[in-house]
Amino acid sequence: MAAQTEEVIRQTVIRVLGEIAPEADLATLKLDVSLRDQLDLDSMDFLNFVIALHQSLGVDIPEGDYPKLATLNGCLAYLSSHSHPEV
Amino acid sequence: MVRALHSARFERVHIMGWRPIIKSRRDWEDVVPHLHDYADVRAAFSWEKAFKELDGLPGGRGLNIAHEAVDRHADGLRRDHLALRWIGKTGETQDFTYARLRELTNRFANVLQQLGVGTGNRVYALTGRIPALYVTALGTLKHRGVFCPLFSAFGPEPLRARLAIGEAGVLVTTEALYQRKVAGIRDALPHLRHVLLIGDNHRPSHVPGTLDFHLAMEQASDRYTIGPTAQEDPALLHFTSGTTGTPKGAIHVHQAVVAHHTTGKLALDLHKADVFWCTADPGWITGTSYGIIAPLTNGVTSLVVEEEFDAERWYRILQDERVTVWYSAPTAIRMMMKGGVAPVHKYNLSALRFLASVGEPLNPEAVVWSLDAFGRPFHDNWWQTETGGIMIANFAAMDIQPGSMGRPLPGIEAAIVRNTEEGSVEVITDPDMQGELALRPGWPSMFRGYWNEPERYRKCFVDGWYLTGDLAKRDKDGYYWFVGRADDVIKTSGHLVGPFEVESVLMEHQAVAEAGVIGKPDPIALELVKAFVSLKDGVEPSEALRRELLGHARSRLGAVVAPKEIAFLPSLPFLPSLPKTRSGKIMRRLLKARELGLPEGDTSTLEN
Repeated sequence: MAAQTEEVIRQTVIRVLGEIAPEADLATLKLDVSLRDQLDLDSMDFLNFVIALHQSLGVDIPEGDYPKLATLNGCLAYLSSHSHPEV
Repeated sequence: MVRALHSARFERVHIMGWRPIIKSRRDWEDVVPHLHDYADVRAAFSWEKAFKELDGLPGGRGLNIAHEAVDRHADGLRRDHLALRWIGKTGETQDFTYARLRELTNRFANVLQQLGVGTGNRVYALTGRIPALYVTALGTLKHRGVFCPLFSAFGPEPLRARLAIGEAGVLVTTEALYQRKVAGIRDALPHLRHVLLIGDNHRPSHVPGTLDFHLAMEQASDRYTIGPTAQEDPALLHFTSGTTGTPKGAIHVHQAVVAHHTTGKLALDLHKADVFWCTADPGWITGTSYGIIAPLTNGVTSLVVEEEFDAERWYRILQDERVTVWYSAPTAIRMMMKGGVAPVHKYNLSALRFLASVGEPLNPEAVVWSLDAFGRPFHDNWWQTETGGIMIANFAAMDIQPGSMGRPLPGIEAAIVRNTEEGSVEVITDPDMQGELALRPGWPSMFRGYWNEPERYRKCFVDGWYLTGDLAKRDKDGYYWFVGRADDVIKTSGHLVGPFEVESVLMEHQAVAEAGVIGKPDPIALELVKAFVSLKDGVEPSEALRRELLGHARSRLGAVVAPKEIAFLPSLPFLPSLPKTRSGKIMRRLLKARELGLPEGDTSTLEN
């Protein structure tokens, strides 16, 4: 059950990134390298990324936690521990 | 009737809502502002006197920006003072005293000498905020080359255009950026003779057709004598965007340093013991005039932070480095506002003395918020690439009208003007009237031309005024208020984007018949780049195509220039194709009016 949730989160992150940077080859995304550096995201792109994650997953993400979403692994860890699969 | 009442009430709220922030002597117990009395300092000021605060090259050999920024301190009492502290992405720091900075910039000047790069040759830099960028800038100025910074987030097309227009002879970049963005366009750049690469992860670089930056530096001497430099010798080339056509390369000369130094002192209130942080990237002119030159000529410690915006990291840096003067931008300030004051108050920011902002108008909410958050208000100021330095500012010892850009610097004559039917301009003397912001030419950092485009330069001046392209008002107290752009250039996240550059790239795509690009109002970035696209006959709009176009634009232009939104015009039933003037020029203003649901005004010049 938990594994499935993680898979949903991963797919959501990839889908949102694909909407913001459609030119990117997301299959080769490195897990621990900054998404902004890998995908050429500017600060507005990153803000839109966080907003879209909030809307898609219903996870509240305070500004102070934005740095925790800097990498793909960071996103997966943060969103898994802050989402409520029963809701 | 209801509408009239509503607007009258709004006007009242507007006037009553934002009380001025009154300054008093209690605000500067320890450090008395250089500009302690606006009227007195302005009356006593002359550029000739300001010039005397600089040293000039030894032996009367002229005036060189790098000598004023580095060598004169390295030769004197401040030789061991910290000039630059660099904070890398992982938190590591590198410190450079004025003496150390002299050695390194001497080495880079010698590298150019040995490569046979002539004076006046354009030396471009395309890097993030790393120490080599600062060494390249100042070393190029010592060698009397023309330094041109490029923003590392540009895509290949904006880079190609800027390298080609300025006929770049030398490029300093990183191996990663070269491989991603430059290698593919190098064949289109016949003037580019030398490329110096900074290897990734401190490793030397071995890319064919390039040299290793650090190896060249090691092999060069750390002694260099700056040659004779005339005040009018070109020093800096900064690209900016126009409504139509290619980007414009604004040329600044070595004399500009008089304005860099003076405005650093009067508008940013730099004092010798300050730790100064300008958050702008040198790819934009703020990051060069105030991220490199002004703090160093004033002999302070300048902080360089490689990583992009991150509110809490910024607060920690302000605390740990004991930053005293901070120069940032509205987009960042509004992002900090989103997080509220609580995160700010976790940090000890007691060292902060003066906060300034530039890039686009700082909304009054943000000014008032900063007072709550930092105990000090942000001071908005106004200038542009062509002016080379701050022209209008809110000063440390002057009351702030939140939302206003402030009053003209000493030595700067500003006015609100309107066009007359005869093609001249007249000054509007009545307060609160909207017109174009104009400046009287003659300040040291005024641009001296657009590279290879004398006609475009000439058109900026009418009847003895430089016309800025910004619409503004002046109130009865002499404060200036930004209204908007007079043209279609888009102000987004503190920089200008030319719609033509974006439209051209969209029209490269085989599905696109026409494209019109506007700035869509945005609460954080002021405006976002939005594109309207009409498709060729037989091509159907789809979500897949929209994403393909977005990806195409981002790959070619980079994230900061590419549209954030793309809309297909056929999807709007009332807008069958892009509105055009009789000459075929796209009427972006009409697109914008439609986007905002505003009256469309005079459409008499439209087709049909």
